[in-house]
Amino acid sequence: MIAFENAAYSYGGGELLSEISLRLAPGSFHFLTGPSGSGKSTFLKLCYGELLPTAGRVTLFDREVRGLNRDAVALTRRRIGVVHQDCQFLDHLPVASNVALPLLVSGRPTPSRDLADLLSWVGLGQLAGALPPSLSGGERQRAALARAVITGPDVILADEPTGNLDWEMSLRLLTLLVELNRMGKTILVATHDLNLIRQAKSQVSTRVLRISKRRIQLAGADL
Amino acid sequence: MSEAFSEHFHDRIVPPSGAPAWLTSFTAGAMTFLAVFALALSLAADRLATRWADALDRTATIRISAPEDQMALQTKAVLALLKTTPGIASSRAMTPDETKALLEPWFGPDLPLTDLPLPQLVELTETAQGYDSEGLKQRLAAEAPGAVLDDHLRWRRPLAQAAGTLRVLGLTAIVLIGLAMAAMITLAASAALAANAQVIKVLRLVGATDSYIARAFTRRFTMRAGTGAAVGAVAGALGVFLLPAEDSAGGFLTGLGFTGAGWLLPLALIPLAALVAFAATRLAAFRTLKGLT
Repeated sequence: MIAFENAAYSYGGGELLSEISLRLAPGSFHFLTGPSGSGKSTFLKLCYGELLPTAGRVTLFDREVRGLNRDAVALTRRRIGVVHQDCQFLDHLPVASNVALPLLVSGRPTPSRDLADLLSWVGLGQLAGALPPSLSGGERQRAALARAVITGPDVILADEPTGNLDWEMSLRLLTLLVELNRMGKTILVATHDLNLIRQAKSQVSTRVLRISKRRIQLAGADL
Repeated sequence: MSEAFSEHFHDRIVPPSGAPAWLTSFTAGAMTFLAVFALALSLAADRLATRWADALDRTATIRISAPEDQMALQTKAVLALLKTTPGIASSRAMTPDETKALLEPWFGPDLPLTDLPLPQLVELTETAQGYDSEGLKQRLAAEAPGAVLDDHLRWRRPLAQAAGTLRVLGLTAIVLIGLAMAAMITLAASAALAANAQVIKVLRLVGATDSYIARAFTRRFTMRAGTGAAVGAVAGALGVFLLPAEDSAGGFLTGLGFTGAGWLLPLALIPLAALVAFAATRLAAFRTLKGLT
């Protein structure tokens, strides 16, 4: 699915990530931890082609990302659902349209029933017609998750998806991610929330990666 | 929820409000309004040039100024001379009524012809080969001393050339208006793209290709320009319609206007403006998108 071979990323003269070699296998569930500013978001952006490695290779679905043109990157992103930390939406369109956006831009049909089910699944059934600016932080996170999964992507990347959620809603969101993983989706979640990771490990087989000193390592057994 | 699946959804991806969108409508409207007048000017100049060119076409006039008792004699001599002049197809003496009609625009319909020493006019039409103008003048001087050849060319050719130049100027104005409109809409589209960086970022995130994003902006700006151009075209046509009629004043500027099916020409400016907006926005969109990740 997604593979890094001795990849590095530098910005402004400094190296943020270096010597990264790993492979996200189909159907795997990974957590990515590390202190703030350690490069978790940068790593995720490398995973969906928003950033290009400054050294080494990043391969998305067996294609070297540096060799992809802009349209090819766009088409690749249709296979990757992304939940951003800041959850950006088209603020002038209702939640339902925003959630359906990935289907609409790819010209695929958007069955009303499926969309309604998905919104109910993330607890936003009553807010389909609301505009994003009126949503709370937690509601935005759930809308972003719904948007990320609506196309049935092969990979789901989430950057601090529970950052604005209470524990109950975090568990609910985790349950959604676990369900998606059981459906065969590859999941990578960047988070600070160790409780969330422990909860996930009790439900599904996960691997925890930690960014430390610009490198990514497998976390120890303390988690 | 059904709103999400509307077939017009793609038209709404770009936020509807904002100065760039309004500027596009206004620019297209104002430019089309001006283009209608430039078109009217060009067509009027075309009609004028055609009319003058037709009038010039192989005709000339001989003006006979002679004492009253010699007028008929000299006229007869001139007509006889013309019949034997190579290169002249036909000739005829103009009647007093025709002469009066020529003077009417300057002196009014109540001109007392009998009180004025009007010259006798003889109209001639030359053959395709033409006649020897200098030779004819010399023969006229010998046969009819009061006759003067006026071959029209001296004063009508520059006028026809001026009308032709006006026609070119009108068309040039339309082209310049189109280019100015393209430039302004390009600026407006670039501003809109810059102002909607978040929209583009979200669309890129969910897998929209550059052509999809460009199409969304192009569609919005083309529709805006088309609407503005429609208002401008109708207002311009109304303005031209309200100009004084040619016959009532007789001047060139009052002859500005369209005739018959020509009134449909301003409508042709609407798709033209939309086409200019389409090309300008598409160019601006792709150029801007190339600079984004």
